[in-house]
Amino acid sequence: MHIMEGFLPIEHAVGWSVAAAPFVAWGIRSVNRRIRENPEQRMLLGVAAAFTFVLSALKLPSVTGSCSHPTGTGLGAVLFGPAAMAPIGAVVLLFQALLLAHGGLTTLGANIFSMAVVGPFAAYGIFALARRLKASLAVSVFLAASLADLLTYVTTSVQLAWAFPDPVGGFGASFLKFAGIFALTQIPLAISEGLLTVVICNALARFNPQELQDLGVAPAPEVRA
Amino acid sequence: MKRHQNLLLLIAVVLLAALPLWLVERPLGPDGQPAEIFGGADSEAQALITRIAPDYQPWFQPLLEPASGEIASLLFALQAALGAGFIGYYLGCARTREKLRREQRRGEAAARREDEDQEGPAC
Repeated sequence: MHIMEGFLPIEHAVGWSVAAAPFVAWGIRSVNRRIRENPEQRMLLGVAAAFTFVLSALKLPSVTGSCSHPTGTGLGAVLFGPAAMAPIGAVVLLFQALLLAHGGLTTLGANIFSMAVVGPFAAYGIFALARRLKASLAVSVFLAASLADLLTYVTTSVQLAWAFPDPVGGFGASFLKFAGIFALTQIPLAISEGLLTVVICNALARFNPQELQDLGVAPAPEVRA
Repeated sequence: MKRHQNLLLLIAVVLLAALPLWLVERPLGPDGQPAEIFGGADSEAQALITRIAPDYQPWFQPLLEPASGEIASLLFALQAALGAGFIGYYLGCARTREKLRREQRRGEAAARREDEDQEGPAC
């Protein structure tokens, strides 16, 4: 989902940066407030950030014969709400843009928007919906994390198709081509991300039942079971 | 039970990552030689951009580029190691804390039973 440095026309680069900035600001405020009110949640917030660090560094092979990586934003969104992941995702993307030439500064806004805004908001919404439909914690977390991962890559495809419409087929044809590269490759990886997020949630539910309960993620009886 | 479930989930992730290596056949390039496989989707998208818009010129270059593929994988490994190290530290702490809590509870319960036993014969 990393759009390479310089590979968005300048007006798109500026537009996506403007679109992403308020979410990052909102996220910083929400994280600061949370740490002020519940200092004991700082470590768990670190875990959410660390999870994104690990997962976005893992380039996994896929059935399409190319490699891509999960995003790891679903966990933090489920635990801390969607806004918290915007600054965290921004830090990861900045690290990769500056040190790894992976993504870029001019495309940072667009990449933050797909990975750290659309993904977390999707995860949060899907998790809430699945819980309301009485799905178990594990199933809800799986759906939230894997669909958020997939939607991040669909967003990247939309961004690129918008910037580079096909000369014949326009936006639609271009979107299908980019989605063929990104979204298709991502399907098994999204499943992996969902499974890994369930693994870490299981560990948290086992060793930190009180914290999950405080965060409103899981009611006491289910975690204890 | 939960630990069992996690083990199965991790095996599933490993299979999901390993099966493509097995299943996908190396395509032949235009020259009939086996072509590159398992390149990054990001660079494939970049190639597609240059096909859709051949005249497009990237207007900004990365400030710093890893000197080689090895250096890049060093940095990616570092990124993953930092994250995994922190998660491991946290889960280790949480596990020990939960264990101590349980032992404390058990200790309190045992002390209570002892008190009751001692009070028993006196009555």
